Amino acid sequence: MQRARNHGPLRTTDPDHGFEPGTDETLVLLKAVTKVTDGNAPGSTPEGPVAGSTPQAPGPNAPTPADLAGSTRPRGAGVSAPGVRVTGAQSLVMALEAVGVDTVFGIPGGAILPAYDPLLDSTKVRHILVRHEQGAGHAAEGYASSSGRVGVCMATSGPGATNLVTPIADAFLDSVPIVAITGQVTSRSIGTDAFQEADIRGITMPITKHNYLITDPAAIPRAVAEAFHIASTGRPGPVLIDISKDALQAETTFSWPPKLDLPGYRPVAKPHGKQIREAARLIRQARRPVLYVGGGVIRARATDALRELVELTRIPVVTTLMARGAVPDSHPLNLGMPGMHGTVAAVTALQKSDLLITLGARFDDRVTGQLSTFAPDAKVIHADIDPAEISKNRAADVPIVGDCQDVISDLVTVLRGDQEAGDQPDYEPWRRQVAQWKTTFPLGYTPQEGALSPQYVIERLGAISGPETVFVAGVGQHQMWAAQFVEYERPNSWITSGGLGTMGFAVPAAMGAKVAQPERTVWAIDGDGCFQMTNQELATCVINKIPIKVAIINNSSLGMVRQWQTLFYNERYSNTDLHTSHNEVRVPDFVKLAEAYGCVGLRCESPADVDTTIKAAMEIEDVPVVVDFVVHRDAMVWPMVPSGVSNDQIQTARGLTPAWDRED
Amino acid sequence: MSKHTLSVLVENKPGVLTRIAGLFSRRGFNIDSLAVGPTEHPDVSRMTVVVDVAELPLEQVTKQLNKLVEVLKVVELAAVASVQREILLVKVSADLQTRSHIIETAHLFRAKIVDVAADAVTIEATGDSDKLEALLRILEPFGIKELVQSGLVAIGRGARSITDRSLRSA
Repeated sequence: MQRARNHGPLRTTDPDHGFEPGTDETLVLLKAVTKVTDGNAPGSTPEGPVAGSTPQAPGPNAPTPADLAGSTRPRGAGVSAPGVRVTGAQSLVMALEAVGVDTVFGIPGGAILPAYDPLLDSTKVRHILVRHEQGAGHAAEGYASSSGRVGVCMATSGPGATNLVTPIADAFLDSVPIVAITGQVTSRSIGTDAFQEADIRGITMPITKHNYLITDPAAIPRAVAEAFHIASTGRPGPVLIDISKDALQAETTFSWPPKLDLPGYRPVAKPHGKQIREAARLIRQARRPVLYVGGGVIRARATDALRELVELTRIPVVTTLMARGAVPDSHPLNLGMPGMHGTVAAVTALQKSDLLITLGARFDDRVTGQLSTFAPDAKVIHADIDPAEISKNRAADVPIVGDCQDVISDLVTVLRGDQEAGDQPDYEPWRRQVAQWKTTFPLGYTPQEGALSPQYVIERLGAISGPETVFVAGVGQHQMWAAQFVEYERPNSWITSGGLGTMGFAVPAAMGAKVAQPERTVWAIDGDGCFQMTNQELATCVINKIPIKVAIINNSSLGMVRQWQTLFYNERYSNTDLHTSHNEVRVPDFVKLAEAYGCVGLRCESPADVDTTIKAAMEIEDVPVVVDFVVHRDAMVWPMVPSGVSNDQIQTARGLTPAWDRED
Repeated sequence: MSKHTLSVLVENKPGVLTRIAGLFSRRGFNIDSLAVGPTEHPDVSRMTVVVDVAELPLEQVTKQLNKLVEVLKVVELAAVASVQREILLVKVSADLQTRSHIIETAHLFRAKIVDVAADAVTIEATGDSDKLEALLRILEPFGIKELVQSGLVAIGRGARSITDRSLRSA
């Protein structure tokens, strides 16, 4: 059963009771719900409870049109009334309420207009009007990534919908559970190249887990229930529901819960016992094992189980970009991030390993470098909830399909049994070796005389703001430094665009994270290039009182591209100068820009001012703060494995590759 | 690389063909032939896809297909354990001298003449790819004016049905 993943839909069961995931109460409920599902819908998604079934509990959450009419009735006082006559638009809003949506990020427009009318009256769903649909999509991702609940975004047809394409693709590659709802032109006009018509279902087919085109109003509740179920179970991902305007306008009946009809959707959660035992056997035989931990562990909420596995086996761990925080950075066995800009210890441990215990990771090219020379001596245990990831890039010796939480717990049980039977492998020499790499090649940087180093700014941000903060990064140098120099101590404290590498992710995603977790400090660590792609959402933050903090690591360039030009293009800086700080040119002036939006704008240009500036920003809690950290341009991200070569060629600085033979 | 025949049971819903075809092109797999049609169950369609891939990519194709929500089941049908057929319609130039010869050839292949004109005959033939190729080789000297061929369809030999289990839950 997908206990963790169903948080989103299940919140609906009782939104007014401070429902906490993972409590005993949850488990009892889940069991009951599962039973109901099995009884009512034979064959339909037996795995796990479904969103659609939850309201079977005596329903404070089943809304009636009275809820929609914005009456003063107390929340949750509605009574389930199957077959109420409503419009398709009302049906949509009621369905969103029923699955437990509390926030929708979006922008109205012609085709989706009918849906925005009942939305105005909903007391359960807060709609946050963004300034660009891409911002709505990333906000939904930030909301989902920080909280584990399904994020929701809404847009109109045509350009509104196509503006969602980037965040949907982003959510697809990083397995973020979001549901996108788009308006479509009326069903009679579909295919006629009508005004603001785009085939968004066709466009998003390859970048969604599933998608719908709904032209029949009666199909709306089921599509919503299915979409939330699909987005949040198995390998999470984006689901799009495109609804034609006439379906929103037409009369229909709303009844809840709808019967889910997903005979082809059967995610496997429970790993096979034989595979677990085989994995345990390899772990016993290994001498140089590494836990290669990916974002799947975080999405599966399996970090507690992972911690247990690490303590039990004392096997060194690497946490990928998507898994930063899965094991605390302060843990002595955590070697940090592997990959193109990973630590020497993490990259080398993988290269020299004889067994990769791969948990919710996918052998991405940024981790493996040249695939044929990646971890050449290692056998591979590969556990993932998505069977298609296993043996996709690197053949697995022991494939395990299952939810990481179950996989890791089962592994712990078997390995503990082995240990109690006296079968305890000796990894001590290996641990000593990786520890030596960790101390010999720590992360570092060389400060430049009289200038502010970006790494220093990020290091101080992490230290001052602390582990309870949510850090959200864009894409580029600042992202890598934020992954390297902030110490992550808990899951979901680090949110970034990993797979797609979407510049402009940080500001809207931070906004979404702050909405989901208003009690937490949320820092967007952004680049001057990234920031200029989506900073319009500062308006949304100011107006809706979403006080995020933005640290612009302003090197006046597209820094990562510039770094590659320095290293591989003879320092020919083609089109990477952004004129945002050097030579006293500031186009735009980020402080003035922040102030124009009603944010507080601060600037910091010297190392001596970093701490006081961060502390000043931390003290402002009512409005967003934008800090323009003007850093020097020539800082580069190290270590680095140049693209397309073996990870053995890792460089700690330009031209400097550790001489392994001496140490081996 | 080798040819593999996949039978894919899918929900009979709009857009499902696009999803499958799109998946193949996006993941860089070449489809040799594709046939779609109804099954004994009205809500389920069956696609027969012939792909030319090596063993490992084939596993990836199958897994990716299985991930599609509207795909109910994917089965590989080995040539020896299944009956595989294509249908061919071919229009051959035929005058009074050659017509009887062409008809005789068609009969040798257990093909049918489905249309006759003054200077052409149209032949319908079914069989596996090898048989149809052989027929075409022999007809070629007479002059092939036009030909059209269906995708391959296949069904497993023996009493078992691949639709048994999946349809129960469909």
